[in-house]
Amino acid sequence: MKIGSKLEKILESGEFAVTAEIGPPKKATGEGMRHHAKMMREHVDAANITDCQTAIARLSSIAGGLHLMAEGVEPIIQMTCRDRNRLAIQADLMGAYSLGVRNVLCLSGDHQKFGNHPESKNVYDIDSMHLIKLVKDMRDEKKFFCGEEIKDNEPRFYIGAVANPFADPFEFRVRRLEKKVDAGADFIQTQCIFDMERFERFMEMVRERGIHERVKILAGLTPFKSWRGAKYVQTSVSGMIVPDALIERMKNSEDQKAEAVEICVEQIKHIKNMKGVHGVHIMAIAWEDIVPTIVEKAGLYPRPKVD
Amino acid sequence: MPEFRPKIVAFCCHYCAYAAADLAGSMRLQYSPDIRIVEMPCSGTIDARVILKAFEEGADGVYVAACLEGDCHFLKGNYRAKKRVKYVKDLLEQIGFESERLQFYNLSAAMGPRFAEIANEMTERIKALGPSPLNKKYKQEKTKPKPKEEGEQQ
Amino acid sequence: MIVAEQKPITEIAELIKDCKKVLLVGCGTCVTVCLSGGEKETEIMASALRIMREQEGNPIEIKTTTLVRQCDPEYIEELADSIKDADAVVSLACGVGVQYIAERYMDKWVIPAQNTKFAGGALEHGIWEERCALCGECILHLTGGICPIIRCSKSILNGPCGGSQYGKCEIDKNIPCAWQLIYDKMAALGRLEEMMTYQPAKDWSKYRDGGPRKVVREDVIIE
Repeated sequence: MKIGSKLEKILESGEFAVTAEIGPPKKATGEGMRHHAKMMREHVDAANITDCQTAIARLSSIAGGLHLMAEGVEPIIQMTCRDRNRLAIQADLMGAYSLGVRNVLCLSGDHQKFGNHPESKNVYDIDSMHLIKLVKDMRDEKKFFCGEEIKDNEPRFYIGAVANPFADPFEFRVRRLEKKVDAGADFIQTQCIFDMERFERFMEMVRERGIHERVKILAGLTPFKSWRGAKYVQTSVSGMIVPDALIERMKNSEDQKAEAVEICVEQIKHIKNMKGVHGVHIMAIAWEDIVPTIVEKAGLYPRPKVD
Repeated sequence: MPEFRPKIVAFCCHYCAYAAADLAGSMRLQYSPDIRIVEMPCSGTIDARVILKAFEEGADGVYVAACLEGDCHFLKGNYRAKKRVKYVKDLLEQIGFESERLQFYNLSAAMGPRFAEIANEMTERIKALGPSPLNKKYKQEKTKPKPKEEGEQQ
Repeated sequence: MIVAEQKPITEIAELIKDCKKVLLVGCGTCVTVCLSGGEKETEIMASALRIMREQEGNPIEIKTTTLVRQCDPEYIEELADSIKDADAVVSLACGVGVQYIAERYMDKWVIPAQNTKFAGGALEHGIWEERCALCGECILHLTGGICPIIRCSKSILNGPCGGSQYGKCEIDKNIPCAWQLIYDKMAALGRLEEMMTYQPAKDWSKYRDGGPRKVVREDVIIE
């Protein structure tokens, strides 16, 4: 046990973990987030707070993490490389740790062109690979990124990284995941899965390289409120694959929301049986309320207790 | 009050437009005497500077006449000419100068009547637009009070 | 070459609206090649500005000259006579040329006619693309000759990111994913395993982040 976060304990104990995502508001209040945290407190092991997702200015991930902790939910803060240089990143990590945050997800971040401030400067001082190593070296080597020693009270995070089996080049995706594990990733959350067949091929390659034995993998899933949401993601979001069959199924259903829950639950039951998948990460974008329902229907409630 | 006689420069390619002009002549076709023809080896040798210079010197209208598309003796000269003329037209729009004063036509060496038609069409167009704001002859005239003529723009 | 694109002519006209005599200076190197500020473009601009002012009833005298390039003081000297009675100078060179003229002729207001864009090359006649970040520490030998700093929208050194799909960058499907290109090239070279090597973070101090840069060749400086 490296860090002792709840997420780590659940994953290390061999239990199937459940994490969800809580999106911060475009406002200076934690009210909405606290409401969502309260609502899914008993249904998830930890929850991610996104970091200016799609490059839209939102309440910061770290501040969001504190709001979640106040309501008894363990946060996984997200840190992108888009907005901060290595100084700010290290400062934020030390700050977050000092306030009780223990899990961090390292990612490149959506390019600012997508968001509401496309004219902003593109930082990307370091990439997600460097970030993973940075967090690891602060923890295990007690060193800043520049090599200088951290005398004591080094931040000791449980390190997450992202894998996208649906981006290209497909053959290299698994190798890049391996590279992230080599750099120090402890757990992985994948991009949301709709093309199960492709995910299965991905996991086969993961198992071949033995990566599933070195890192904990949580499969990402997203329920769509309506077929239009699914269509939008299919056509307008890079790095995602949404099969037409899924959209058709939603279109033809009587109650699209109920169908979405069905689909998600089916997906969870399927991946639970996949060797090498250690948990599920439910990204119910703008639909956080549905998480408890999905968790219960998938037979994942109540959540195991850890000390 | 002298009638407005436009000064129109016609840049004609040797292989088609100029040959068509010759043919119009042989056919004894009547067409506007206000056209000054400038022969070029190919319409593709037209340069934006030459067109602009013509307008700077007071030309009321300019057109470039090239071979039919696909028939340029130098293969793509007329495509280049078409794009360049469009470039100058857009530039004229930007600076607030009537871009209709510049035109581009395609015709073949056999089209004597078409050559005459183009000359007349262009002359009518320019007459309707009136003298170019840079046409010094009419600029001086403008300072004298005169009755407004039909079709003349202030 | 340095690739630049002309500012709209109306913008330039607005800047010189109170001038009676203007000198337009073209440049014979980069901007000639990218067809934005060479002798031809300079003369076209001069002509258009003259027509514009003439029809406004506020004529302007515009002289043009084109230097071999505007990034060597020896060529800037050549303007000494022609610049004398100019109310303003419009330089069609890249940002470097504008600054060189401004610095040498302290009493002359120098206006840039270009929006200088990038260091790149032609794909075909009429299309130019960015290729070099001028980052100060070239690593092209490690990435199969494709620059990840400038061709990757996120300057990733251990790519590709999760937004790369069908060989395109997530921000624009007309932009190829640099890391897909690197992957294909490394595969062609038989060097794919090298992509598993952790490429350390960039030293941005070698780029503009370290302050304005200088290169000195002691061996050619004559006192």
